Amino acid sequence: MNDFMGRKVSYSSQMCFIPEESTNSVPCYRLLSTHGDLLDPSSINELDKELCIEMYRKMVTLQVMDTIFYDAQRQGRISFYVTTIGEEAINIGSAAALNATDVVFSQYREPGVLMWRGFTLQQFANQCYGNEYDLGKGRQMPVHYGSNELNYLTVSSPIATQVPQAVGAAYGLKMDKKDACAVTYFGDGGTSEGDFHAGMNFAAVLGAPVLFICRNNGWAISTPTSEQFRSDGVAIKGQAYGVRSIRVDGNDALAVYFAVKNARKMAVEEFRPILIEALTYRVGHHSTSDDSSKYRSVDEIEYWRTRRDPVARLRMFLQSNRWWDDENEDLLRQDLRTQMMSVLHNAESKKKPGLSNLFEDVYDVIPQNLKEQEQETQAIVGKYPKDYPSDVPLD
Amino acid sequence: MQSPSSLRSFCAAAKEMTVRDALNSAIDEEMSADSKVYLMGEEVGEYQGAYKISKGLLQKFGPDRVLDTPITEAGFTGIGVGSAFYGLKPIVEFMTFNFAMQAIDHIINSAAKTNYMSAGQISVPIVFRGPNGAAAGVAAQHSQCFAAWYGSCPGLKVLSPYSAEDARGLLKAAIRDPDPVVFLENEILYGEAFPVSAEVLDPSFVLPIGKAKIEREGTDVTVTAFSKMVGYALKAAEILEKEGINVEVINLRSIRPLDRATINQSVRKTNRLVTVEEGWPQHGIGAEICTSVVEESFDYLDAPVERITGADVPMPYAANLERMAVPQIEDIVRAVKRACSRSARGK
Repeated sequence: MNDFMGRKVSYSSQMCFIPEESTNSVPCYRLLSTHGDLLDPSSINELDKELCIEMYRKMVTLQVMDTIFYDAQRQGRISFYVTTIGEEAINIGSAAALNATDVVFSQYREPGVLMWRGFTLQQFANQCYGNEYDLGKGRQMPVHYGSNELNYLTVSSPIATQVPQAVGAAYGLKMDKKDACAVTYFGDGGTSEGDFHAGMNFAAVLGAPVLFICRNNGWAISTPTSEQFRSDGVAIKGQAYGVRSIRVDGNDALAVYFAVKNARKMAVEEFRPILIEALTYRVGHHSTSDDSSKYRSVDEIEYWRTRRDPVARLRMFLQSNRWWDDENEDLLRQDLRTQMMSVLHNAESKKKPGLSNLFEDVYDVIPQNLKEQEQETQAIVGKYPKDYPSDVPLD
Repeated sequence: MQSPSSLRSFCAAAKEMTVRDALNSAIDEEMSADSKVYLMGEEVGEYQGAYKISKGLLQKFGPDRVLDTPITEAGFTGIGVGSAFYGLKPIVEFMTFNFAMQAIDHIINSAAKTNYMSAGQISVPIVFRGPNGAAAGVAAQHSQCFAAWYGSCPGLKVLSPYSAEDARGLLKAAIRDPDPVVFLENEILYGEAFPVSAEVLDPSFVLPIGKAKIEREGTDVTVTAFSKMVGYALKAAEILEKEGINVEVINLRSIRPLDRATINQSVRKTNRLVTVEEGWPQHGIGAEICTSVVEESFDYLDAPVERITGADVPMPYAANLERMAVPQIEDIVRAVKRACSRSARGK
């Protein structure tokens, strides 16, 4: 016999309100101490040395790429950039735990996932410069990368819209019985959007194989999490939707890796969504349009940048196991800097996309009115070239 | 010279079909033909559809293909768009397009612009459908016409059927189209029956997107309309026939792309134009049609263009006020006469 809501209800004559906060905060899973020591030394046997080294190399690559692109924006060479400084472990640790066929719906602070899958530094640069080699054909602002081949959907700015979209894709994967899941990333601020609520709720109702990865980095532009929500962070919201969840130390690449690996297995095998809250800190400004020293102390930023750097933490782990040394480090960083300089120079020297790219892809097949507009535009630009930028090819 | 497709009448047979059944059969056939097509919305499954458009579909295709959603237009639209990114072909039903405003970010920013923003990497083969515009006695938040808003957006295709033939042919075309399509139905028309030929009833029947239909040929004045107003325009034409005015009625069928060629061709023949719509006047469909004709056929106009639209107010509830707020057949008749210089002034 069904009671209210079709479940067994346990009645009580003790009037009891669920408290607004629990005495115990949701525990945070970590494998490494802040100094890179394995908390459980015996777990070294479960670690793959080559994988750990590759993860580290990619984290360094991400850090170097970000630093150089940021400087390029400051110098006026690109118009805009968003760094991922401080969140390298989330980016690479999660990416390494996924399969290449898992479909990624990112926010905009997860280029490391694309990088792990094979997007080259040159491709990142081409997109930032919006040149003719940009896979995005110059349609979008910098950092709005995407690649069908790598199953990473083109970045879209509105916050959290990717959350229900990922659930929709996960539903498709389930209907097609694919051995794959959808993965969506968002920040602490994104959990305030209505789309987060709808996405979580739907995923649970539909039994969608989707990972919700929240980068709780403490700041949504100038809004600290204390002003974003009053809950014990984000992981706690899972149960309210019937979604299994975990909180993980987002600056511990190994913890992120294992948490995501396990979550993925559950999502795909049990057809359920999983929420992962990765605690971290946004070391950089929100974007190049922001100066975060205006709303947070420089000391706080420096503390996290120097004393809680996820890249340095994994390095300490690798070096204490003699899987890495200073010489490897110097060589890697030097090589990356040289590569980046060449990549920037290359991207800068390329032509911009031709005029036809203005009118294509509005629809699957270009409509007649746009064909006519393109011809008119070509004619006018051809007739008055001095009135138009010189670097826009007419084809 | 008329194009053959606009002259052919598909109405040779005696069989009749309501718009409701036309839509239902179109969805049924497309879902049978392509396993990637699925329907979702509030009440579309167990309830058989808020307006019974999806009657029988849950029973036939099962809960995997006909999804009853929780109440979150923004949520299920986002989910639908995401599944389209993946490669499914969702039909998202809004109980009315008024409620779709809660999802409009996903319709525009996630669906309409994505093929362009992703440089052709992500296509969005989704259909958004539901009743649009005024019904009867449902007041301001249930009566808005969204043709002009969606019609202005590059990346979307926007269709609005009138007859059962329109409903079948255009919905099938919309479902098969790789681009996002906004499909604006009309609640009052759901129950109206129209003659349909064997050709229309065939599962392969489809109408081209972007082509208007000349519902009634005429020589003296061109009247454009879509959805329910096509019926009003045809009735106005019958009244005017008795007074010796021969009206050509164009059923737009497609708001975007707008069939400017057919409209201009008609005006070059008749030299007079009256546009009819239920929506608000400012920045409306008539405004766009008028400009198109002024740009392309100015020298052919013998009179200023007349615009018949809904009143520039949120829809009132009281029956008498509601009647004043939407175009009536008499308004169309008077507008045509003004265009033909038959009446001195006034509406």
